[in-house]
Amino acid sequence: MQAFVKHTGLVAPMDRVNVDTDQMVPKQFIKLLTREGFGRFLFYDWRYLPGETPNPEFILNQPRYQGASVLLARANFGCGSSREHAPWAILDYGFRAILAPSYADIFYNNCFKNGILPVTLSDEQIDELFKRTEQNQGYRLTVDLEQQSVTDDKGLRYAFSIDPFRKECLLKGLDEIGLTLVHEPDISAFEATNLRRPVMYDPVDLKYHAS
Amino acid sequence: MAPRTLYEKIWDAHAVREAAGQPSLIYIDRHFIHESTSAQAFTGLKAAGRKVRRPELTFATMDHSVSTKNRGLPILDSIAAAQFEALDRNCKEAGINLFDLNSRNQGIVHVIGPELGITQPGLTIVCGDSHTSTHGALGALAFGIGTSEVEHVLATQCLAQFKSKTMKIEVKGPRPSGVTAKDIILAIIGKIGIGGGNGYVFEYAGEAVRGLSMEGRMTICNMSIEGGARAGMVAPDETTFAYLEGRPFAPRGKDFQAAVDCWKSLATDPGAKYDAVVTLEARELAPMVTWGTNPGMVTRVTGRVPDPASFEHPDERKAAERALIYMDLKPGMPIEEIALDRVFIGSCTNSRLEDLRAAAKVVAGKRVAKSLKQALVVPGSQRVKSEAEKEGLDRIFRDAGFEWRDAGCSMCIAMNDDVLPSGERAASTSNRNFEGRQGKGGRTHLASPIMAAAAAIEGHFVDIRAWKGAEGIE
Repeated sequence: MQAFVKHTGLVAPMDRVNVDTDQMVPKQFIKLLTREGFGRFLFYDWRYLPGETPNPEFILNQPRYQGASVLLARANFGCGSSREHAPWAILDYGFRAILAPSYADIFYNNCFKNGILPVTLSDEQIDELFKRTEQNQGYRLTVDLEQQSVTDDKGLRYAFSIDPFRKECLLKGLDEIGLTLVHEPDISAFEATNLRRPVMYDPVDLKYHAS
Repeated sequence: MAPRTLYEKIWDAHAVREAAGQPSLIYIDRHFIHESTSAQAFTGLKAAGRKVRRPELTFATMDHSVSTKNRGLPILDSIAAAQFEALDRNCKEAGINLFDLNSRNQGIVHVIGPELGITQPGLTIVCGDSHTSTHGALGALAFGIGTSEVEHVLATQCLAQFKSKTMKIEVKGPRPSGVTAKDIILAIIGKIGIGGGNGYVFEYAGEAVRGLSMEGRMTICNMSIEGGARAGMVAPDETTFAYLEGRPFAPRGKDFQAAVDCWKSLATDPGAKYDAVVTLEARELAPMVTWGTNPGMVTRVTGRVPDPASFEHPDERKAAERALIYMDLKPGMPIEEIALDRVFIGSCTNSRLEDLRAAAKVVAGKRVAKSLKQALVVPGSQRVKSEAEKEGLDRIFRDAGFEWRDAGCSMCIAMNDDVLPSGERAASTSNRNFEGRQGKGGRTHLASPIMAAAAAIEGHFVDIRAWKGAEGIE
């Protein structure tokens, strides 16, 4: 996984609450078998008119937000489906960090598996960032995971909190499966103990399989 | 030991490793996979040279992209066919049990898990699908995960997890007739909001929940995620044990008795503390219909489409304005006057035998309104389908003008050819009314199976409690 240490980039605003993952990647694209190339599908139904012509009304299509890599969002961002295609699309489109007052749990978790930093700020801070993004063409923010700060070049500085373990994994781009496999002896020991426990922890016994 | 909740008991029993400042390593007892979120996990596994640790604990089915029209015909959707082939190949290579399109056990993953008895109380269950919360109805800890975590479970049979907060949702008093499990959960989501459960695991309690069948409890737990909670659960009781006895993968004989003794100890201890408590009075509940573009935008069938100006928070107001434009509805319009183009009875929320029985009772001897373009019944599994056919439900639906299909997710997610066309309006027993969910530009109103069935007959929503055709509904 790509590490995230510090990132400076153009901010794009997504001024809607409860943006769900169905909007991020509509269902027809979750039939694909790869993790790559989903950026093209990000916000597909909002972003394109028939024939895949960009919809000029859609915020990310506006010239001033081309090349944006920091996504400013509203509450409960990423609700709905667990599809990891959503963060794959966000990353592939070019976003490295998201700033929002809150996230849906599964989406939040999925971001960390893909080198995206979802920063949680207060409603007031997010409001202020929306204001600054709108008022200043080319508004850029620096998101520093090491320092746990969001800063602009006009003196704004917001601190954010993040779980230390998630921070460590993202800073180093750690492979979580590899981390877990370090504890393989614990897993084996758990399995050995629980096999002798009552039936509820037994593995499925295929002798019961009717067909 | 201090009194513990159901959630805490299951958590404690599955903690492989706990260390300060780190997520806990939790053992996963059952893992379900389907064609739409697993392929990349197997690819990742192979690229890293890893193996599936416990293939016998993973169960696979095909549901999201399957055609519900005719199992005998070749698969016309080549992209879907590639998904099925990949799943089939991955399962074969790893030795994973797959219920494919030809299996009599095939169906929506959250319907077949409980139905086959793979889902049991006290287990940890995950699947790359947010509606995995369904399985919590049996007193399991079940939640949806992303594809990276699917890969993690395949490789390690564990997940690194942070403990959730707990929320008790108590629905007091007996459930009034005409108010179903679907209405209860829609009312809960309407009350707490679609982000209200973020960070929590729900435990549903109270007389109205206790009084529900297992299938009703599944409907409630299924939509926990629509309230933001990754998992929802109901403590196992006699209803649960009776449901499980004799199911193909459930323990049998002496093993079953031993299991029941164990399952009985799972209920939340008296005096255990929840991080939050929400209470509803069942007698105040009514049949519910969504008017907007998320499940929290919901009101009573006797209500009206709200005026966005009535929302206090500017974000909510904007969201409501936008939703009404998308839904092509005017503020103040009575819900009962909303005319429909299609009706869909199906999905992991409401496609089980009891749902179909209840809907069939409503439509028996009647005809679907002429104004409707389509009325569709899609059983949740091939077993549900064959049971329903044994009872003659297919005949009742067909005689009334419904189409009767094979099992799959169908028009809930429209990954197959069951699509709600742009600009059309559907009453749907599914779980999400997001923009484009049932088809780009399609407008979804969520409702219970009996409400959807009555709406199909009238061509618009009606209050099932007052409707002439609804004698004997429960």
